[in-house]
Amino acid sequence: MRILSIDSSTDVLSVACGDGREFAVRDERVGPAHAERALPCIREVLAEQGWTLASLDAIAFGAGPGSFTGVRIACGIAQGLALGAGLGVVPIGTLEALAQEAWCAHDATDVLACLDARMREVYVAVYARDARAGWRETRAPEVLSPDAVPAPPSSTFGAGDGFAVHPALAARLGLARHDAAARPTARAVAELAVPRVLRGDLVAARDAHPVYVRHRVALTAAERAAGARL
Amino acid sequence: MRVLGIETSCDETGVAVYDSAAGLLAHRLHSQIDLHARYGGVVPELASRDHVRRLVPLIEEVAGESGTPLTRLDGIAYTEGPGLAGALLVGASVANALGMALGKPVVGIHHLEGHLLSPLLADPRPDFPFVALLVSGGHSQIHEVEGVGRYRLIGDTLDDAAGEAFDKTATLLGLPYPGGPALAALAVSGRAGVVTLPRPMIDSGDLMMSFSGLKTAVRTLVRKRQAAGTLDARAKADIAAEFQCAVVDVLIAKAVAALDETGASRLVVAGGVGANRDLRERLHAEASRRGARVHFPDLAFCTDNGAMIALAGAMRLEHAKEGDGAFTVRPRWDLASLGAA
Repeated sequence: MRILSIDSSTDVLSVACGDGREFAVRDERVGPAHAERALPCIREVLAEQGWTLASLDAIAFGAGPGSFTGVRIACGIAQGLALGAGLGVVPIGTLEALAQEAWCAHDATDVLACLDARMREVYVAVYARDARAGWRETRAPEVLSPDAVPAPPSSTFGAGDGFAVHPALAARLGLARHDAAARPTARAVAELAVPRVLRGDLVAARDAHPVYVRHRVALTAAERAAGARL
Repeated sequence: MRVLGIETSCDETGVAVYDSAAGLLAHRLHSQIDLHARYGGVVPELASRDHVRRLVPLIEEVAGESGTPLTRLDGIAYTEGPGLAGALLVGASVANALGMALGKPVVGIHHLEGHLLSPLLADPRPDFPFVALLVSGGHSQIHEVEGVGRYRLIGDTLDDAAGEAFDKTATLLGLPYPGGPALAALAVSGRAGVVTLPRPMIDSGDLMMSFSGLKTAVRTLVRKRQAAGTLDARAKADIAAEFQCAVVDVLIAKAVAALDETGASRLVVAGGVGANRDLRERLHAEASRRGARVHFPDLAFCTDNGAMIALAGAMRLEHAKEGDGAFTVRPRWDLASLGAA
């Protein structure tokens, strides 16, 4: 199994290439400069493995939620690579990748993944891990005010920069443990993609799309006239 | 050389395959007008979201229609700027990744260079040098064009672009988005000269333009008529006709002055306003009276499109070197900074 993955949903550009166990990775804090480093990093990890694009089994990408522009860059690159190399694509949710990170780093099996969504909101989802079946989504990704995030069982692990931007959140939710520095990585994206590739659960480049979760991004002329606000 | 061109700088997803020997082989355009209409203008985030859904299917369509397996391409060109950053990044990401996967060179194209060269898609194509009048929603410029990459800006607007003035005036008259074409359609039934609007800077003695005062004059007129209760359909049509006449008068005067100043005998008109029928007819008449030739791109290539990017790409890729895949976009980009191909 050979997978190349990319995540640029945060200010870290993350690229990984590996077989599901051993990976060549690049994690660079690039701010908004994902575009400049993405393909050079991909060349580097492929070269490190000694693989060509054509020899891969799939391209996986962090589909979101996260930075709108960031997830589109990852999506556009996955589309372009897959279209040119004749490969299938596996879109992976960034909140699930965050749960995978929490499991790898902290052995967490019940995870509330929480990413800062700006505009005084967070992206939130809850996952439970089964040793055989993998992650099950117990609460689907949504965008909420931090005050509106419902408290999960106290044994749940909190992960993501939502806890850094909203320092009172973990205590309000009664979480015993959390990691505010956790973020979705390309390695986690690739690990989650492996079973999907084995199941044949891939999409064509044309059907690989970002997952935004926040859909209300502008006011219509009628809403503006009525004095509505975002 | 056979090149895939990708344009995503604003609210149209344009894709085309151009061959330097055989010409334009296929082109597709998806316009987002319906998507943005209820917002009263282009919403950059929604534009970007649409581009990333449309682009790959459009690439597959033009590849199929042109009989060009992607591996048969000699290169890929995309709009690097100027434009909406998020929208540009969609085209840049897909183009560069596709180029890397195919092992083909990729080149970023200046959007206005695409427009300036778009008349070369027509048959017969104008020879260099020529004067280009570039009039769209974002630009009102006059360039002296000596060759690919050799552009000298000799005229510009001090404020609104001509197309922008059309759109804003249409809004004042209560016309639906996008206003420019709706205003031109309304002008057909109106009578220029029934009301009087200024021809800003028409006698300025240089090639500079200004259209914001014209829009303000319409606003004043509309308010006066509204207060008097005389802003009926007929009055609106008359205002539209006079407004269009004023803009076209200014554009023709400046284009003619540019021909005089440069001594060029060919005038090329590009950009969305180049689709305006009144401008086309009157410019043709004026040019032939003076023994000059005027070239318009086909209507389909007046607005943003992938064909002009593929064409400019083919011209530039002849000299391109293979890079490492690092790419960027330039939401603001001075055309004069381009080098010759």
